[in-house]
Formats: sequence, C-alpha cells, structure tokens
Amino acid sequence: MGILDIKDVSKRFGGLQALSDVTLSVKENSVHAIIGPNGAGKSTLLNCLVGKLIPDTGSVMFDGKSVLGRSPYEINQMGISRVFQTPEIFGDLTVLENMMIPCFASRDGAFELNALSQFMKQRDVLETAEAMLVDMNMADKRGMHAASMSRGDKRRLEIGMCLSQNPRLLLLDEPTAGMARADTNNTIDLLKEIKEKRDITIAIIEHDMHVVFSLADRITVLAQGTPLVEDDPQNIRGNPKVREAYLGESA
Amino acid sequence: MFGLDKKDTSLLIIVAIITLLAPFILNPFPEGSAMAQFNAGYPDLMQRFVIFGIFAVGFNILFGLTGYLSFGHAAFLGVGSYACVWMFKLLGYNILPGILLSLVVSGIFALGIGYVSLRRSGIYFSILTLAFAQMSFALAYSVLSNPKFNLTNGETGLQVYTDDPQVLMGPNSPTVPNLFGLEMNATYKLELGPWLFQFNAGYYFCAIVMLLVVYLAIRIFRSPFGLMLRAVKSNQQRMGYTGLNTRPYTLAAFVISGMYAGLAGGLMASMDPLAGAERMQWTASGEVVLMTILGGAGTLIGPILGAGFIKYFENIFSKINDNVLHQWFAFMPDWMENAMVFIVHPFIGKGWHLTLGLLFMLVVIFLPGGLVEGGQKLMRWIRGDRRKKKAAEKAKSTTTTEPAE
Repeated sequence: MGILDIKDVSKRFGGLQALSDVTLSVKENSVHAIIGPNGAGKSTLLNCLVGKLIPDTGSVMFDGKSVLGRSPYEINQMGISRVFQTPEIFGDLTVLENMMIPCFASRDGAFELNALSQFMKQRDVLETAEAMLVDMNMADKRGMHAASMSRGDKRRLEIGMCLSQNPRLLLLDEPTAGMARADTNNTIDLLKEIKEKRDITIAIIEHDMHVVFSLADRITVLAQGTPLVEDDPQNIRGNPKVREAYLGESA
Repeated sequence: MFGLDKKDTSLLIIVAIITLLAPFILNPFPEGSAMAQFNAGYPDLMQRFVIFGIFAVGFNILFGLTGYLSFGHAAFLGVGSYACVWMFKLLGYNILPGILLSLVVSGIFALGIGYVSLRRSGIYFSILTLAFAQMSFALAYSVLSNPKFNLTNGETGLQVYTDDPQVLMGPNSPTVPNLFGLEMNATYKLELGPWLFQFNAGYYFCAIVMLLVVYLAIRIFRSPFGLMLRAVKSNQQRMGYTGLNTRPYTLAAFVISGMYAGLAGGLMASMDPLAGAERMQWTASGEVVLMTILGGAGTLIGPILGAGFIKYFENIFSKINDNVLHQWFAFMPDWMENAMVFIVHPFIGKGWHLTLGLLFMLVVIFLPGGLVEGGQKLMRWIRGDRRKKKAAEKAKSTTTTEPAE
C-alpha cells in the first residue's frame, strides 16, 4: 500500500484505448517517475488522478480515500497539488498575490465570503507567502506581474504555490518541457532541495531522461496504455523491454 | 481610515467632496449665458449621474473583477424599480421599505439567473444573461400585465394611483416619495449673482447612498474575496487546482452586482415613482457595459466617470438642435454656416448616439484602460514634464557655475 494506489484503471476515448488496466502504487516519500513514449497515456493517467477525467473502470485511492468523482478543488484540498506542463499561474496578479492565494485556500477552504477585511492585512497569510517567496529565492520579485517573468521563474513560482499548501503528494507534468538546459538544471536542483527539506511524495511525468534519472527513485514505464515495467532507475536503464518500447536502439 | 489604506481613503474623500459639491461644480456657467446649456447641475440629471454611477460600480464588481460580461444587468435594475413602486402602492411613499425590497428582490433574481448562467463562461454566459434579461422584459411588458393579474401594468408602466391601499399613509403624509417626511423633489435654489445653484434632497440622498456603496466596493476590491475574484479572471484552471471552488465566488459576485443594480432601480423609482419595462431592455444592459468600459473596467472610480460621461452627453448633446447650431456658427458667411450646420447636424439631437459611438471608439482604441488610464497618462505627462524641467534647470545651473572655477 502506497500513498497513491491506482488499480485496474482504464479509459477509452471513442476508438482509442488510452489506458488499459493500469495498476500502480506510489510509495510515501518517494519520487516516482512515470515515463513512456508519446501517446503512452501518461497525461490521461495524470488527469484521472486530479479529477479532470473520470476513468471508465478501476479505482484511484489517495491515502485510503477514493478520489474518483471529486472535483479538482476537492482533490487539492485532500492534499494533492499539481504542476502543469506550461506553468499555470495568475498572470494578471503580482507574484506576492499569486503566492497568497494558495495560502488563503489552505486556511479558509474552498470558499470563504470574506469581503470586509483587507487581504494585505491578513498577517498569517502574508507571512506564510513571504516566507515561501524567500524559500523560492523570489523575494525580490514580489511586486512583479507574474506574466512578465521568464518561464523558469514562472515554473519556480508555480512549484512554490503548490508547496505553500504543504501537499502530501506533488504531481509534476513534464516540469522541464521546453526549457533551456540551464533552466532544466535549476529545476532539478530545486526539486532535489524540496525533497531533502520536506516530507513529500513526488510523482513526475517526464520526457527528459536526464531529469528522470537525476530525480527518481522508482520508475514506471508506460507503453500503449499499460505499465510495461516498474523498477529502480539502474535496472530500467538496462531493461531490454524498455529499450525496445521507449529508449530505442541508440540508448 | 474606515479600514482603508491611505490611497483609498483619499480617493474616497475626493469622490465625496466632488459629489457633495456637484451642484456648484456642474453649474459653472451663469444662467442665461450662451454656455448655460452645458450646465448639468439640475436635480434630474445629477440624480441620474449618481444612480447610474451606483449601477456601473456594481456591474464593475462582476465584470471588472471576474471578467464575466453580463449583458442582462438591466433586468435587475427594472426588477428593483418595480419592487420599489409596489411598496409605494401598498405601504406608502416612504422610500425606505421600497429600497429595501428592491435589494431583496433583485438579490433573489440575481441568485436564480446567476445560478443558471454561471454554468457557462465567456460568450455563452453573456448570451444566457441576455436571454434572461429579454425574458424579464417580455414578462414585464406583456405577460405579467393582464387584467386578471396585473403586476407590471405593461406598456403604461407601473405607477401609484389614488385608490391604491398605501396602508402606512396618514392624512398629512406627503404625496410624493419621501424619507420620513423629507420630500425627494424638494429643491433649495441659491442665486449668486447671475448663477443659480440647485440643492435637491433626492440628489443628496442618492449621493450619500452612492458614497456608501462605493466605500463597500473599495472594501470588496481589497478583500481576500476580491483577490479571489481577480484570480477567477486570471486563471480559473489554476484556481481549481489550488483547492478553490470558483462557482460560489462568481455567484456571490453576480448577486452582489445584481443587488447594486436593484438598488439603482429602487433609487430611480424613489426619485420618480414609476417603473416601465423599457428599463429592462437590452439597450439599457448595453449602456452599463459601455459606461464601465469607457470609464475603465476593473478600476475603482472608472465606472462612475463612465456613467457621468455618458449621461452628460445623452442629456446635453441631445438637447442641441439646429437653431443652436445656427447661433454658434452665426459669425461665418451664410453658405459656410449652412455647410457647418449640415456637417454637425447628424451628431446632435437624436444623433447623439453617433457622437457617443465615435468617442467610445476613440477611447477603446487609444485608451484601452478607459478614462482612468487617460487621467493617469495625463498625470504622468505633467509629472514627467516637471521632472524634465527640473533636470534641465539643474543642468543649466551646473553649466553656469563651471566658468566661475
């Protein structure tokens, strides 16, 4: 039993069997990578975990409770945070305001009609948000418009926003897609640092093998909608089945 | 002060001073002078300035913060008016129960319409609200005005008749809308030399209500709730994945702005005790959208500026006729005078919408942030100018001191 248990999950889109009988367990406090060629069903699987899609069959249990049929916001309130492939932040707001929103969500829940106090005077939330910005090395950017930052900074902010909620499981969807090498390495360092500092489970979907092998302590290879193999990184490298399905002859 | 920071407090104080001194500010030209037709300081128009200001400020809470563009807000205005006139008919001419019922009824209407419309976003939301407003218009105009069940009095409009119950009216009660005896149409006229200033009880009542609701709007803008509404506009996806349920946030904003509209409708009926279906028509809904965008959507005072701007042009430009134009251009030779009148004619009188359209285009193209952005640009330009001058003076003084060495 892990913190996240996926059992016999299948999902069909018209004539396409995107996922068939996926069973997968993510252990608490591990970094679990899910890799696979394009069209293997990685994103579909992720969307089933966060409430965006509902699988046709199977079950997804987080910490003993089913997530199926719940909205994304309810699943987040259970302790799962998601980082998107392209950073999803509040572009019209300042960096500090971006950071305060998840803090309010953790403190006040999914809805709170608090229309008569000033949000900049909510000491506890402001302090948590400021501390998180310092943690993320972004304190100097607090007044900036989030949309005007570089992609790497947006990613940093998004991860910071997720972490400020103290999630038990952090889901990362290709966190370094489309990034320059330097930005990729920064992101890897950031994630390593997070892992060292916190009791957190990370599930990561990634294309970039460099990222996967520097972070993961468990890897599942997905091909054509089914898990091909699950093993430790060093064994994955040498596995002939994986080479054939995914890494190709050159690897 | 009042739980606002320094900047917002000074903004509120400036708005308060302007609204309270409006009878002076809006009447800069002496009575009987050629420019007197540009005076806007008469009770009827001043009341409309603040009432539509309230309407637009409320609309801005929905549109400016969440980005949801409602095309049916006039429905709430109309509902508020009907509710208020019904209170006049049943209870009497005291405006307080009428305005309270306007708030309640428009709130309930907004809750129902919002609950359905907010299931969609973007253009579909706008169309749904438009459909609801047109349905309300049809209900008020014909369906709910048959001899068996006459709620709205159809085409004629709902008004107070002498055989209405008016159970709270005593023998000496005033027979016009009043606030505990203070008649809304009471006007004190002050003549200062050639100037005439009019202080109207109804205007001041509306102005005080407007200041209260503007204060409330500022509080909402700066609150965690307001922050969430801005987050809705910015990225709903991220909001959901941050554990926030967007639906109740947008619904609350919709109901609040619907109640602002209902309040405006109630005040309108309190100034002039009748309610007609045309108040709910889609053109009225479109007007508040124009006001908000023209003034600056998402800004605090933009909507009030926009409302004042449009109402001013509606009343002043529509009053200018060909005779006035001939007077203006009288100094020209006859053929030129006629040509000028011919050119300007389509833009005045009933054609004032053409002028409004052109002004609206200019603002949207050159000042996407509305009149507020125009004001900010102007301020920056003035300040920048001064800084440049200072820098130039500094440069000058250094160059003049050089030869002394």
